[in-house]
Amino acid sequence: MSEPIIRIDNIVKRYGPLTVLDGLSMEVLPGEKLALIGPSGSGKTTILRILMTLETISDGFIQVDGEQLYHMKKAGSLIAADERHLHKMREKIGMVFQHFNLFPHKCVLDNVTLAPMLTKGIARAAAEKRAMELLDMVGLADKAKSMPAQLSGGQKQRVAIARALALSPKIMLFDEVTSALDPELVEEVLNVMRKLAAETDMTMLLVTHEMGFAHDFADRVLFFDRGKIVEEGKPADIFRHPKQERTQTFLRKIIAAGHRV
Amino acid sequence: MEWDWEFVHQIMPTLLEGLQITILATILGAAVAAAVGLVFAILRMVAPRPIARATSFAVEFIRGTPLLVQLYFIFYVLPDIGIRLPALVAGVIGLGIHYGTYAAEVYRAGIENVPRGQWEAAKATNLTARQTWIHVILPQAIPPMIPALANYLIAMFKETPLLSAITVLELMNQAKSIANSNYRYIEPMTLVGVFFLIMSLISVFFLRWLEERYARVDER
Repeated sequence: MSEPIIRIDNIVKRYGPLTVLDGLSMEVLPGEKLALIGPSGSGKTTILRILMTLETISDGFIQVDGEQLYHMKKAGSLIAADERHLHKMREKIGMVFQHFNLFPHKCVLDNVTLAPMLTKGIARAAAEKRAMELLDMVGLADKAKSMPAQLSGGQKQRVAIARALALSPKIMLFDEVTSALDPELVEEVLNVMRKLAAETDMTMLLVTHEMGFAHDFADRVLFFDRGKIVEEGKPADIFRHPKQERTQTFLRKIIAAGHRV
Repeated sequence: MEWDWEFVHQIMPTLLEGLQITILATILGAAVAAAVGLVFAILRMVAPRPIARATSFAVEFIRGTPLLVQLYFIFYVLPDIGIRLPALVAGVIGLGIHYGTYAAEVYRAGIENVPRGQWEAAKATNLTARQTWIHVILPQAIPPMIPALANYLIAMFKETPLLSAITVLELMNQAKSIANSNYRYIEPMTLVGVFFLIMSLISVFFLRWLEERYARVDER
């Protein structure tokens, strides 16, 4: 059994008087594909945002790839991480957003090459070669010179996936990546993710309402409610034989809403 | 009262000198406004709360008082505390600070209109704060600002006659002194109007062009 690549230890997240995560602990193994499901407001997206350092934590510890994320050692004691430490840690993690967040003033190719050139000092030619490979993988090599505004939602999201992959992170976070898409465009994005899961040993955390996809994609499913993990297990167990009443209620509602399992 | 082309010919060189000063004051005033506006905008957006509050108050104060009063203050009151400025410098500072408060608002709106997701995408792709500003935020924030800024530039140009009140020999002041010493107002004042009209018309066409070029709304 290998060491966890992510170790979340008793973290608390508060927004003013509202406590979103209340003493949450969990571990993720290298290469594991994890699906985080649960009602909105249950804290699952917050976990991804905390791992990407888009939010800070109020309390607790997070270890990523053997190092503390929000703390660093100085003169033998653990202190709050500075921007330099966070910058170094972010190299390990990539994220794909619900609303794509492509850079609208840059063409598809430049969206993918911008960060590798700036943050890793990769020369334009090499960055573009790698970007074209990635765009080819997501099926958009012919759109390299298009502007984001000219693409469909599904195409934008596939570019966003290529952009995140271009930095070769060890961990990829997918935050409801199909929620903003028209139904007929969902499948092209999910196909890319299936391919990615099959071809790489990247660790992936997925927040989703696509239960069918979570079932096929994930090694392990965590069901969240009100900032806590209510139930976790293999997809088959969680989806076919949920033990907790709250999980059962949630899955019933999702199915009633027309999502397939 | 008759239009006298001979007189027009005679006063033209002096008026053109004045026009030069007017244009110079506008350009320098715009440069000061652009810089002062940036300082105001940054202070209001990122400075610690007491400083941001004080800046907001100063901005409201400057906007809430007439430019003419401010010019008098800079040119006639500051010397009482030992700050003596040449008229043109005082005028440029007055214009710059006054219009800087408007520029600050344009900057702030432009930057805040960049969606939060852009900051997050920049962070998720591990850009530094500097790289985020240069490569992601400013390229999206600046183009929509340009028509608004150009609008204020034209407004400022049309307010430069106020500088005549603090002895700057710009177009209006030259015209006034010609008129006063010759007891003829019709030619100098008409010409001042014509000069401003020509400049404004050129600016308006330029502004239309800028608006078409930059004001389109991009999707996020």
